[in-house]
Amino acid sequence: MHIPDGYLSLQTAVPLVVAMVPIWRIAVRKVKKNLRKREVPVLAVGAAFSFTIMMFNLPIPGGSSAHAVGAVLLAILLGPWSACVGVSVAIIIQALIFGDGGILAIGANCFNMAFMMPMVGYLVYKMVKGQANPVSTRGIIAAAVAGYMGINVAALCTAVEFGSQYYLFQAADGTPLYFMYPLKVAVAAMMSEHLIFAGPVEAIVTSLGMFFVGNNYPELIVRKQAVAFKEGAADNV
Amino acid sequence: MFRSFRKLWMVLGVLMLLSPLGLIATGTAFGEWGLDELIGEVGFVPTGLKKMSHLWSYVPMEGYSIRGFSDTFNQSSLGYIGSALVGVMLVVLIISFFYRIAKE
Repeated sequence: MHIPDGYLSLQTAVPLVVAMVPIWRIAVRKVKKNLRKREVPVLAVGAAFSFTIMMFNLPIPGGSSAHAVGAVLLAILLGPWSACVGVSVAIIIQALIFGDGGILAIGANCFNMAFMMPMVGYLVYKMVKGQANPVSTRGIIAAAVAGYMGINVAALCTAVEFGSQYYLFQAADGTPLYFMYPLKVAVAAMMSEHLIFAGPVEAIVTSLGMFFVGNNYPELIVRKQAVAFKEGAADNV
Repeated sequence: MFRSFRKLWMVLGVLMLLSPLGLIATGTAFGEWGLDELIGEVGFVPTGLKKMSHLWSYVPMEGYSIRGFSDTFNQSSLGYIGSALVGVMLVVLIISFFYRIAKE
C-alpha cells in the first residue's frame, strides 16, 4: 500500500502532504497532552512493531503481494492520535531509508495508513466492543473487526487516489501520465487483495496483539481505571 | 526505555528475526511496480510517472537490502534483518524524543 513517487501527480501528492501538516500538529499536541512518560516505550515498541510487520509481505495469487500495518492495534492501545504519530514515523523512515513508498507520496501514504486506518479502526472498535471488557471474547472480536475494517478503508483510499489519476491526468494523445488504470481496476485489485488476504491478517494481528497485551500488561488496556493504577507499576514488570 | 514492557520488546525481536519470511512473497504489490517492471506489468511507462519516479535517489538501503549483498536468499535475509534493525532503531530513536515532552 506504499504509493511510490510518480504514481500520483504533483497536484494530488502535494495537497495530501499539506493536509497531513495540521493532522500531524494535532496528533503531536494530543500525544503531548495525553501520553504519560511511562507509556512512551509502548509507543516506541508499537511504532517499531508497525514498521516490522509491514516487512512481512504476503504472497497473493497472481504474483502480487500485500502486508498488514498494525495501525489499529496501536490505536486501540494508545489512542488513534498516538497511532498516527507512530505509524507516520515508520512510513517516513521506510520512504527515506528503504525506498518503500515515495517522498512526495509520504502525505498520501500517511493519510491512508497513519490517519484513516487508525481513526476508522478505533471507531469500529469502540462501536463493536461497547461496554465489554477488552480481553473478553467480544473485546477480542471487536479488535479483529476493527483491524479488518481499518486496513480495508486504507486500501480503498489508496485505490481512489490511484484511480483518480487516470481520469484527471492524461497526455495529449490520451495515455495516462501517472497511475495507468481506471478507478474500477484500482478498486478491484486493491480491495480483493485486502478484503481476502491482508485484511484477515490484520484482524489476527490486532486481536492477537490485544490478547497478548491484555494478558501480560493488563494495566495498559484498562486506562479508564487509571486512578487505581499503581504509580510506577509499569516500570517494575 | 527497554526495561519496562520487556515482553513486548522480546516479541518485536522475534518478529525482526523472522522478517525474512516476508521475502517469500516475490511479487511486487499492486501499484508499486518499478520502472523496470512497468513494461512487463502494464505494457508502457507513463511519461509523468517516469519523470517523477526518481525524485529522491539517496535511499541507502533500497528495498530493505544491503547494496551488492542480495545475490542469494541468505544474503537477502541478512540484509532484510539488518534493515529491520536499522529501521527499528531509527523509529525508536525518533519516538523517544516524546519522552521529554510527555507528562509524568
